[in-house]
Amino acid sequence: MTQLPETTAKKLGLVIDLDTCVGCHACVISCKGWNTENYGAPLSDVDAYGADPHGTFLNRVHSFEVQPDTGGCAQTVHFPKSCLHCEDAPCVTVCPTGASYKRSEDGIVLVNEDDCIGCGLCAWACPYGARELDQLAGVMKKCTLCIDRIYNENIPEVDRIPSCVRTCPAGARHFGDFADPDSNVSKLVAERGGIDLMPEQGTKPVNKYLPPRPKDTLQEVAADAPILTPVTDSPKGFLGWLDKALEAL
Amino acid sequence: MHPAPSVIIFTVFSGLGFGLMAWLGMGYPTVTGWTAFWFFTIAYVLAGGGLIASTFHLGNRKNALKAFTQWRTSWLSREAWMAVGTMAVMGLFALLAVFFNSNLVYLGAIGAVMALITVYTTSMMYAQLKTVPRWNHWSTSALFILLALGGGAILAGDTLGTLFFLTLALVVQMYVWMAGDKRFAARGHTMETATGLGRIGKVRLYEPPHSGTNYLLHEMVYVVGRKHVLKLRLMALLMGYLIPLLLAGLSGRWFDLQITALIAHVIGMLAQRWLFFAEAEHVVGLYYDKR
Repeated sequence: MTQLPETTAKKLGLVIDLDTCVGCHACVISCKGWNTENYGAPLSDVDAYGADPHGTFLNRVHSFEVQPDTGGCAQTVHFPKSCLHCEDAPCVTVCPTGASYKRSEDGIVLVNEDDCIGCGLCAWACPYGARELDQLAGVMKKCTLCIDRIYNENIPEVDRIPSCVRTCPAGARHFGDFADPDSNVSKLVAERGGIDLMPEQGTKPVNKYLPPRPKDTLQEVAADAPILTPVTDSPKGFLGWLDKALEAL
Repeated sequence: MHPAPSVIIFTVFSGLGFGLMAWLGMGYPTVTGWTAFWFFTIAYVLAGGGLIASTFHLGNRKNALKAFTQWRTSWLSREAWMAVGTMAVMGLFALLAVFFNSNLVYLGAIGAVMALITVYTTSMMYAQLKTVPRWNHWSTSALFILLALGGGAILAGDTLGTLFFLTLALVVQMYVWMAGDKRFAARGHTMETATGLGRIGKVRLYEPPHSGTNYLLHEMVYVVGRKHVLKLRLMALLMGYLIPLLLAGLSGRWFDLQITALIAHVIGMLAQRWLFFAEAEHVVGLYYDKR
């Protein structure tokens, strides 16, 4: 059913901390690893060992450089991007078959691959590039928020979070319920001023990004300035003796 | 956006086919017997052929019938219903005209309106997309409908209809090109809003996520051939609009130079539709610093 639910009981999603992400792409690899062998069709690669390799990924890390308006050093920002599980998900309503849907219980946006015709209209409707048509299976693939992990009672409790979150070595990714104001993710968003991507599209994304903190500014140093200035003019002890001995030469 | 041949053929030819159906339904010309048979055959081959072409870009065609289920929200689903509905209603109208020499005026009028609604639903698959500012405007639908009527008039051999609707389409086409060129910037989508980093300062792409390509870049960030935009626009203008209009003007009440006008119009429309896709910039390109 492609009508969006009025409200969802939970709003499960991710917080991505742009200040902490180091751009290691571990989330990309763990996502591909988990999702290629679990929910739905595998994430295929085309010409994987050839000259023009490309494939399906549900999470990709872009890297940007921002030049602060206030001056100072440019900042490198590593920017993981996956489905934002929007409240007003335009990808769901355009679907002609009902394969795309948003779950009323937890707000996760999913594709039922048994109904998908692979028309690609949902990928066109998504501003964020979160959906990719698998070139081998011919069906639309997207982030499932690891629905087969978060409710999976056959794996240890510590693993019942999305694969990307479980993997991130920097702790830059957080999973939780945005409908609960006391949840870890809601608190992070409140404390750090979490932001929406492309808010002017009106999609109301659930996932939030924590902006990078401002960096220190470098002090201007003349090009011909001595690189090391003397720490002290009159050393004592062994260094004092060495100083005198060297000057005597 | 990637100008896939299947969608170019689909929109151009099904537009022409439903346009001709609209004219036949309104009784311009009023035809019966063998004449009606050939007119309706042309209309159905164009409309049906276009629809069949549209299925070639589906990744998973075996589920195609399920596309009829989500008419409540999906323009693609509505398009499927309207196309089938129009072809059924006009099929009955054609049957009566061909075999019983009878024209049911009201049935034809209903079919004509449905044919135009079908073209409108086709246009809305594109015009609904906020992610493609160039398309996301009423003028996209206006142009699709006027072109169906103008092209349909050439097929129907209606000189006055061609002159009237193709001139209107030409005016809207000029507006679509001029306003469309500015709309992406006017909507305010930038790398700064896409990343949310605009509050810090100016953003540039430091490194893309991968060295190769991907589905998104192939499908939505089509930048090949943009340097020929002006030439293609001139070709679309000349072949699609000006030559058919000139030939219609030179013809009498009956469209003497119909076939030449039609060939020119189709060539012009193929160029115009290629541009419709190739020129359309999707906002996802901002994440790749490409549009």
